[in-house]
Amino acid sequence: MNLLWLIPTLPFLGAFILVLFGSRFSRLVNSFIGAGSVGLAALITLFVGFDFLSASINAYQYVAWQWLDVAGLSAAFAFHLDALSLVFIFVITFVGFLIHVYSIEFMKDDEGFARFFAYLNLFVCSMLILVLADNLVLMYLGWEGVGLCSYLLIGFWYSEEKNGYAARKAFIVTRVGDTALAIGLFMLFQAFNTLNIQDIATQAPQLWTVGTNPPLIIALLLLGGAVGKSAQLPLQTWLPDAMAGPSPVSALIHAATMVTAGVYLIARTHVIFELAPVALIVVGTIGATTLLLAGFAALTQYDLKRVLAYSTISQIGYMFLALGVGAWSAAIFHFMIHAFFKALLFLAAGAVIMALHHEHDMFKMGGLKSKLPVIYWTFLIGAASLAALPFITAGFYSKDQILWLAWAGENGNIWFFLAALLGAFITSVYTFRMLFIVFFGEEKTHVNHAPGKLISTPLIVLAVLSLVGGFVELPHTLGHFTLFSDLLNPVLPSVSLKQDVESLEWIMQAIAAVVALSGVYIAYVFYLKSPELSDKIKESGKTLHQFWFSGWGFDRLYDALFVRPFVFLANINKNDVVDKMYEGVVTMAIGFNRLFVFTQNGILRWYLMGIVIGGIVILTIGLIIS
Amino acid sequence: MNSIPIEHALLLSGILFMLGLIGVLIRRNIIFMLVSVEIMLNASGLAFIIAGSKWSQPDGQVMFIFILAMAAAEVSVGLALILQIYYQLKTLDSDAANKLNG
Repeated sequence: MNLLWLIPTLPFLGAFILVLFGSRFSRLVNSFIGAGSVGLAALITLFVGFDFLSASINAYQYVAWQWLDVAGLSAAFAFHLDALSLVFIFVITFVGFLIHVYSIEFMKDDEGFARFFAYLNLFVCSMLILVLADNLVLMYLGWEGVGLCSYLLIGFWYSEEKNGYAARKAFIVTRVGDTALAIGLFMLFQAFNTLNIQDIATQAPQLWTVGTNPPLIIALLLLGGAVGKSAQLPLQTWLPDAMAGPSPVSALIHAATMVTAGVYLIARTHVIFELAPVALIVVGTIGATTLLLAGFAALTQYDLKRVLAYSTISQIGYMFLALGVGAWSAAIFHFMIHAFFKALLFLAAGAVIMALHHEHDMFKMGGLKSKLPVIYWTFLIGAASLAALPFITAGFYSKDQILWLAWAGENGNIWFFLAALLGAFITSVYTFRMLFIVFFGEEKTHVNHAPGKLISTPLIVLAVLSLVGGFVELPHTLGHFTLFSDLLNPVLPSVSLKQDVESLEWIMQAIAAVVALSGVYIAYVFYLKSPELSDKIKESGKTLHQFWFSGWGFDRLYDALFVRPFVFLANINKNDVVDKMYEGVVTMAIGFNRLFVFTQNGILRWYLMGIVIGGIVILTIGLIIS
Repeated sequence: MNSIPIEHALLLSGILFMLGLIGVLIRRNIIFMLVSVEIMLNASGLAFIIAGSKWSQPDGQVMFIFILAMAAAEVSVGLALILQIYYQLKTLDSDAANKLNG
């Protein structure tokens, strides 16, 4: 456990070395440094995790050095390891390592190979700092670090202008959330005079009572930060455009880790949220509406990665919904399983796009089932997990736990449950729509070359995890194996059910299973058996289709609401009033020059006159003074 | 001799000096500028003689002889320069020598 500090440091060292010497080393050395640092970190995570679990303590603290000690704010560069952060660092380092290995082959022809791995390593380091931080200031450092790396990596291929635009959009939109988070931190410091998470957790219930205003305001501000980073309503517009980055980036940052930072934040500060039930209802409502909104949008997309992007927004909506009803460990469970299958789906999508020579349009693909078998089977497993097909996939266990608790939990209600159920149906439809269009039917674009081992192996590993990862937490009806929630029990409060509903769990599971399978059937009918039907529906509902396709018009709304007025105001001062003042001085100097240059004409008599006038002036002054 | 008030005499010297100065400033012909400079020199010489007469010393008249000698030398040099200007510029207009303008 003393090796805890190595986990974030190794990727940081990797990034540092790659930044300084990456352009001089060969591709092989860069791959070793880049992927190896995260691989070593994953290995150490295993040891540390084993040590932590066998020591059966609740938390482990490691203080590296005292960072800030000013005006009462004392923040240390300290790591706090408990079950929650253990789950997160396990996912970050393992999935991160697999994605790094994948990137070795994916980016092998790219000029900026070393730069890519440097940014990726820096990202992994920042994310690890975020989840291991023991105080909110250090967490904010990691928060900003992942935002920076997200910007760098989305705009990685910077020579294309639209990539830079997407990167700036992501950064600015998350910045809005970051500002809300910062204000929340200021208010927290004002209330407690410390930003240490554990101290706040013990002091908050003593200072505030449930339902008062201060925890509500702070919780809403923290929620604002989480919403920005996790691409939920109303700050979800950046994530679909962020698909301009390379596929490993989409897999790591925008599926598995960074976008779940919001979920981590809310889980970490659950004490404050529990003191403000209204805030929890807001969290749940945001989760429910976002998952529906993104689900409908995903149904209409034709770009393969954009379907997955909207799918990510939707699944994080599930996590927010779980947090909102108080099912803390269910949200974290879904986070872990989602990281596995979403990273798998993004990596597989990247492999497909690469094999078809950068073709993104799903409707120009087809018939890849026989051409790319490994990708097909892994994609199928990932899609099945996403759609939560019963019993065999990990997604079933995590998503159904959320569905169950959305209704049966103490704070659950029927609307959350119905929204989640409808969302599950839509998820199933768009997932298998994607699968059928890409892998079945006739081949429209020829396959260039099949992917190699470095791409297939991470896909297979993630596919296995998407299948068996769910077996750590089985519901009551299927054996009641609660390994995962027991692990998280010391950190996150467990959820209690409403009265007398336990026996109804199997009904809910049956409904969910039927819903998921019927989604598959609908996708089969509309996209495999008779695709003309889907074209007819698209024609008849053209405006609705367009509306859902544009992500429910949020881009246009924000453009009219914020961008246009700001550009208008900026245009008013286009000629910079303050500059006019300095220009005025210059104009005056030039004017006087024009006036006086008249006297420099080389004529002797003028100069004599100058001497005479000077003499008169001096004599006058002399007379006056004496 | 009847005493002439010294103010009158110095005033005469001052007026002569001013006339010379104005002549230098107004005249465009270089030779006339030289003549006006001569008037100025003589006016300052007159001032010396007046001062010497006041104190009944011969020093005033000695100074006047110095000034006369210097004026003669200066006129010869000045005329040589004027000749050169005339050869270069083909005119005696002092405004023509404005190459040092700007």
